[in-house]
Amino acid sequence: MKKPLLLVALLAAWSGSALSEELVVYSARGEQLVKPLVDAYRKETGVDVKLVNDQEGPLMERLRAEGSNSPADLLLTVDAGNLWQASKRGLLKPVKSPVLDANIPAHLRDPKGEWFGLSIRARTIFYNTQKVKPAQLSSYEELADPKWKGKLCLRSSKKVYNQSLVAMMLADIGPVRTERVVRGWVNNLATDVFADDTKMLEAIAAGQCEVGIANTYYYGRMMEKNPSLPIGIFWADQAGKGTHVNISGAGVTRYAKNEKGAVRFIEWLSSEKAQNLFADLNMEYPVNPKVKPDPRVAAWGPFKQNLINVANAGTRQAEAVMLMDRVGYR
Amino acid sequence: MPVSSLRWSVTAFLIALLTLVPVLVILSAIASPDPAIVDHLMQHTLPRLLVNTFWLMAGVGLGVLLLGVPLAWLVALYDFPGRRFFNWALMLPMAMPAYVLAFSQLGLFDFTGPFQTFLRERFGDSSWVPSIRSTPGVILVMTLAFYPYVYLLARNAFATMGRRALEVGASLGYSQRAGFLRVALPMARPWIAGGLTLALMETLADFGTVAIFNYDAFTAAIYKAWFSLFSLPTAKQLASLLILLVFVLVWFEQRSRGRRAYTQAGRGGRAARLPLKGVAGWVAAAWAALVLTLAFLLPFAQLCLWAWRAMEGEWTGELLGYVGRSLLIALIAAGLVTALALALAFAVRRAPYGMTPLWARLATLGYAVPGTVLAVGVFVPVAALDNFLIDGLGRWLPEGTTAVFKGTLFVMLLAYAARFLAVGHSAVAAAMYRITRTQEECARMLGLTGWRLVLALHLPLLRGGLLTAVLMVFVDVMKEMPITLMTRPFGWDTLAVRIFSLTSEGDWERAALPAVAIVLAGLLPVILLSRQKESL
Repeated sequence: MKKPLLLVALLAAWSGSALSEELVVYSARGEQLVKPLVDAYRKETGVDVKLVNDQEGPLMERLRAEGSNSPADLLLTVDAGNLWQASKRGLLKPVKSPVLDANIPAHLRDPKGEWFGLSIRARTIFYNTQKVKPAQLSSYEELADPKWKGKLCLRSSKKVYNQSLVAMMLADIGPVRTERVVRGWVNNLATDVFADDTKMLEAIAAGQCEVGIANTYYYGRMMEKNPSLPIGIFWADQAGKGTHVNISGAGVTRYAKNEKGAVRFIEWLSSEKAQNLFADLNMEYPVNPKVKPDPRVAAWGPFKQNLINVANAGTRQAEAVMLMDRVGYR
Repeated sequence: MPVSSLRWSVTAFLIALLTLVPVLVILSAIASPDPAIVDHLMQHTLPRLLVNTFWLMAGVGLGVLLLGVPLAWLVALYDFPGRRFFNWALMLPMAMPAYVLAFSQLGLFDFTGPFQTFLRERFGDSSWVPSIRSTPGVILVMTLAFYPYVYLLARNAFATMGRRALEVGASLGYSQRAGFLRVALPMARPWIAGGLTLALMETLADFGTVAIFNYDAFTAAIYKAWFSLFSLPTAKQLASLLILLVFVLVWFEQRSRGRRAYTQAGRGGRAARLPLKGVAGWVAAAWAALVLTLAFLLPFAQLCLWAWRAMEGEWTGELLGYVGRSLLIALIAAGLVTALALALAFAVRRAPYGMTPLWARLATLGYAVPGTVLAVGVFVPVAALDNFLIDGLGRWLPEGTTAVFKGTLFVMLLAYAARFLAVGHSAVAAAMYRITRTQEECARMLGLTGWRLVLALHLPLLRGGLLTAVLMVFVDVMKEMPITLMTRPFGWDTLAVRIFSLTSEGDWERAALPAVAIVLAGLLPVILLSRQKESL
C-alpha cells in the first residue's frame, strides 16, 4: 500500500523537476532582498530559480574552480567593481539584448555587455541638522577643507563602496587631486573610521561628528525606525559632475547551462514591473528611468547622478586602494 | 617499526590528509607571486599589521589565561555561593559567535551606545570614557569570547588531577598558593596549553571580530589582497605565512613538554571541595558573576532586545528550518570530528615516535587558517575532482550533470573536520594523558586487545574528554560561516547563513534573532555536558 504511493510521489517529483525550467543564480546580494523577486518570477513564469548565497570573492573562486561544469547561469552581486572583476577574469559572457539596452542607461552597464546594473545606490553626504546648514556643503572634495577639521566621520576604506567612490574620483579628477582630497579627509576625521555606514550615521546623529559620507538606503532604514534623528541628506557635487552612484547588478556566467533563461530573467528584473520590487526592498533607486523610486526614497528629492561609467569602479579600484593605504585612510 | 604502529601511522596520515589537501592548495600559491601587490603591502600595511597582530596575540593570550585558569581553579576546588551555577554558566560565552559578541559590545559601549548616551544625558559628557574601538577594546572583547576554551579544559584538568597530588604537595609544606603554582599548574599544562592554543589560533584566523572593530590584524591584509586588490594568490601566500607560524608555535610547545607524564596520581578520588567562607566566598562569586555578565549576560540581553524589535520580519516558519539544519549538521559533525580526534589521539599513543605525532599536528592546522581562505582550499580540489570525473565518465552520468561530490553533505562534513580537528583533538589528546601505560598493560594481560581494549578501557576513562570535544565542536560548527556558505548543498541554509545574509547589507539588528537562536541551541549541550561532568 505504502510503496506504490511513494513511487508515484517520486515520479511526480521527478517529472516535475524535469518539466519546469531551472535557473541557478550565484548571489552575493542579501537573500532577503532577492527571494521575493525569485518568488514573483516563479509565479509569473513557472521558472524555478535556485539561489546560492555567498560573498562575492568566494563565489568567483567557485565559478573559476567549477569551470565548464558550473551549475550557475547568473552571477548577481553588488558593486560595479565586483562585476567588472568577474568579467575581467572571464567568468561572464557578453549578451546582446535590445530590451536591456532600452531599460538600463548606458553608464550603468558594461560597455561589452557582460553585466548590467539593476538598481542604483547613491553615496552622498549626510550632516547633523543641529550643527550644519546645507548651505555650508557642496562636494565630496570640499569635505577635505580644513574647516571640517575634527568634524568628519567616514567608514573604513576596506569597504568596497569607498573604494569605488575614490576610484571614480580618480577617473574624474586624476590621481594628484584625488590624493589631496583623501589626505584632507583623513586629516579632518573626528574619530577612528567606522566599520559600517549605520554606525557612522549614528555617530553623526549623536554629535560625535557633523558630516559624513554614506549610502542612502542606510539612512532610509535608520530614519524609518526613528524619524526624529537629526540627520539630513545632501546631494553632493550637484554643481559639478553629480552624486556618485554605484549599482547592484548581474551578468550571465560564461558556462551558463540556460543562457536564454538567464537573459530573460535579467530582462524581467530590469522591466517596469520588477524594478520597484528590486529597488524598494532595500530603498535603492531603480535603474530603469521609466520607473519611479519608492515614495520614501523619492522624498529625499531628485538629484543629478555622475554619468561616468560605473565600470571605472573596477578599472581604478586597485589604484584607489593603494592610494588610500598611502595616505593612511584605514 | 612493528606492523601495528605502521597501521596507526597510516591512519593518522589519512586523517591529516583532510587538512593537508586544502592547506597544500593554499601553500601552492607561493610559487606565483604578485610583486607589485606584495611590494605595496610590505611598504604600507604589513609592518603595522604585524605589530598589531603581535599585541593582539599577546593580549588575548594573557587575557584568556588570567581569566580562564583562576576561574577553573576556583570552580574545581572550592565551594562558594553559586558555584554549581557558575560551573556551567561560565561556559556560556562559547555559545555566542565572537563576531556577534563584538557587534553587541560595540552597540553597548561605543559613543552612540546606551552606556555613553546615559553618561552624556546625566553628566553632559562622555569623552573621558576610553573608546572601545581601540587595541585594548578588541583584546578585551576577544578575551571574553575565547576564555571558555581555557576555562573548560583547565577545569577538566583540575577535576581529574586527583586530590592526592595536592595532598602530597601540602605534606611537603606547600601553601595553597604554592600547591597551585608548583603542583596543579604543571600537571594541568597540556590542558591549559590546549585551550590557549585554540584561543590563539582562533584569534589569528579571526576576521569578523577585527573587521567590526576595524582593527588591522594580519587577516586584514589577507582580505585586502583578495577582495580589494583582487589577488587571491597574494592572499594565499599571506595565509601560508600564518600557517607556518602556527605550525612552528605548536611544534615548540609540544617539544618543550618533552616526555613528562601527566597521569593521575592514584585514583585519589575527589575530596570535598574546600569551602571559601565569608567574604572570600562572596568575592569569588562576585568575580565569576562579573565575568559572566560582561561576557554573556549583557551582550545577550542586548541581542534579545534587538531580536524583539526585529521579530516581525524574522519570526517565520523558515526560522525553524534554519534551527533544525544547524542542529543536525552540528551534531553529525561533532560526532565525526570527535571520532577522528579519538583515532588520532590513539594513533599517537600507539606510535608515539616517527611520523605519527607530526601527522597529528598537521591535522590540526586547519583551525588557524582564516575560514574563507580554507573554504576555497576545500572547494578547489573537490571541484577539480568533480571536473575530472565528469569529463572522464561523462557518458555514464545523466545529461547535464554538474556535480558529483561538491554540494553534498559529505563534503561539507569533511570540510568541517578539516577546520575543527584541532578543537576535538585538544580535548581528547589531553584526556589521553591521564591514562597510564600500566593501565593499558594490565588490560592487555587480561586478554583485551584491539577495539575491545579501546571499548573497555579507553572510552570509559576518556568520557569527560570526549564529551568536551563533542560540545566544543558542536558549538563551533553552529557558529561557522564561510565553510558552510561555500560547501552547503542547495537550500541547506543554517542560522549562520541567515546571519550572513542579513549582515551583508549591514542589517545587524535584524540578524539578532538568528543569533539568539544560535546561542539558545548552543546552550543545550553546554548545560547537558555540565550535568554530566558534575556526576563524574
